Amino acid sequence: MLDFLGRLFKGSEGSKTKAKERLRLVLVHDRASLSPGLVNALKEDLIEVISKYMEIDEAGMEVMFDEGDDSVALTANIPVKSVKRRVD
Amino acid sequence: MGKVIVITSGKGGVGKTTTTANIGAGLASLGNKVCLVDTDIGLRNLDVVLGLENRIVYDLLDVVEGNCRLRQALIKDKQYGENLVLLPAAQTREKDAVKPEQMLELVKELREMYDFVLLDSPAGIEHGFKNAIVGADAAIVVTTPEVSAVRDADRIIGLLEAAELYEPQLIINRVRPDMVRKGDMMDISDIDDILRIKILGVVPDDEDIIVSTNRGEPIVNDKRSKAGQAFRNICRRILGEEVPFLELQERKMLNWFKKILSGEAR
Repeated sequence: MLDFLGRLFKGSEGSKTKAKERLRLVLVHDRASLSPGLVNALKEDLIEVISKYMEIDEAGMEVMFDEGDDSVALTANIPVKSVKRRVD
Repeated sequence: MGKVIVITSGKGGVGKTTTTANIGAGLASLGNKVCLVDTDIGLRNLDVVLGLENRIVYDLLDVVEGNCRLRQALIKDKQYGENLVLLPAAQTREKDAVKPEQMLELVKELREMYDFVLLDSPAGIEHGFKNAIVGADAAIVVTTPEVSAVRDADRIIGLLEAAELYEPQLIINRVRPDMVRKGDMMDISDIDDILRIKILGVVPDDEDIIVSTNRGEPIVNDKRSKAGQAFRNICRRILGEEVPFLELQERKMLNWFKKILSGEAR
């Protein structure tokens, strides 16, 4: 009975929700490390877009996944040489 | 010309070999000529699952090394005869004894002879896996609803696509409806959410599978088995039919009625 009430109040949340959350995150890590090709393509696109607005140091540019315990962030470190007066 | 399908999973023990045996037997019983190839060199098992372990004379390695002709190594199934044959793996050799070019050549020859060639891949992502996928036109990925198996399936899907085997299809094996109902097991939609590939079938966990493996007879044509039904549906989908997924969430009332009607409940 207690078990039943517990489930009633928790909503129908069993351990599968936890499984799904953990899987999601672990797959972001897995896929990120699996696909340097993807990161390179992203880098090229970023250069193209940003170059419209400013001159950047392409060689010194870094794009990577920053992996925390419960999150993954995309970080880009892009040295700016000069900012343009108007959009190309 | 036949279709070559590799059955793979990444993680071991999720039911690749059982799946290969049952899809093979199912397709054969629907009138197709099927060849099953065990590519797990050094750890062969498809022969015992099919109950053909005592009939092996030559194996895959004998064929590629020219010790025998291809036809001599193909073992006819007990039930389906010429319509279901097995090419067993070598048991006493190393995994890298076969080269990808040799596999490709072998598969090319087999597809001329059969409607379907099913390649049972070893677990892992190394040499044996690469050999298994080299000649395939399509891939089936087997997983169970567990975090570790789904993770490995994701990795395998990535590797398959990198090898230009696009649009692999997924079989979710050993689903337990009681646990799904309690929210303690991921269901079809959860796994679909995460992996985002086409689902070819869902097979319930079924004790009869263990019995059938003990006997060395596929379960696909056992009309009373739910897993058998699931494998029959998978075979029909492979042949292009639209078949709805099995209703796995059994209704308790309905079961109770069934029991009463069959005279089990007193």
